Amino acid sequence: MKLTSEILDDMLIVHVDEARIDAAGAIQFKESMRAATADAAAPARVVLNLARVGFLDSSGLGAVVAVMKLLMPARKLELACLTPTVEKVFRLTRMDSVFRIHATVPGALRDAS
Amino acid sequence: MPADGLDPADPAINRILIAQLAIPATFDEVRAALAALMAGPVLAGVPPDDRGMTELVLAEAMNNIVEHAYADTDEGEITLTLWQAAGEVACRITDRGTAMPDSALPEGRLAPLGEGADLPEGGFGWFLIRTLSRDLRYARHGTLNELTFVLANQQYDPAQPVVSP
Repeated sequence: MKLTSEILDDMLIVHVDEARIDAAGAIQFKESMRAATADAAAPARVVLNLARVGFLDSSGLGAVVAVMKLLMPARKLELACLTPTVEKVFRLTRMDSVFRIHATVPGALRDAS
Repeated sequence: MPADGLDPADPAINRILIAQLAIPATFDEVRAALAALMAGPVLAGVPPDDRGMTELVLAEAMNNIVEHAYADTDEGEITLTLWQAAGEVACRITDRGTAMPDSALPEGRLAPLGEGADLPEGGFGWFLIRTLSRDLRYARHGTLNELTFVLANQQYDPAQPVVSP
């Protein structure tokens, strides 16, 4: 699972460079996220940029929750740029109330201006 | 069953077969089959806003079979058949794996969300299937598991080209 990460202010931003987080890729997603967030000195806020993820199933959702729990309690997982299908999965399962969800990657607008 | 419903088990309903496939029961094969189905003309009649949910309910149903019915083997096969009629899509999915516990479908209730470490990491699959389907039925015929349902709240535009499999 291809992830790229960068530090922006007080956030570690992890970009998911894959079209889907599904049953076939959920375990690799968890392992890649574990590696991407392994540096304990990295910022406590971890923002997952899902702009390129067009599809996420229940296994993918479970993996995102697992990553959030993996980071707890010292660090916090936030989500950004949910595509319509992914947003609907979070809404239907009410997990949209569990995560802080950003419409854009925080800081990206400022950087663009 | 509603009078205007598209019951996949009712042979009297005038329906058109739009897809029929058999795949090895692995997560990768399910992913590949869905990709082909969603990219092809078979589901071109599903409006763009509904396509993601169509793919989702099919993914959940087939991945459940890989994970549970064929939990003990890598040799299983899944069949998927889709029909369209009356502006809706009906689906039949079969496997020859383990039967559903108590020969019944899971309730698919969302677990209480809880907080932090109590948050559920699973149990979303059947909730999503039940939410996104109608006339959901499970039957065991000998060694065959059969799941049938209609894609709920997703209109199929009959004006779109329908191709025979």
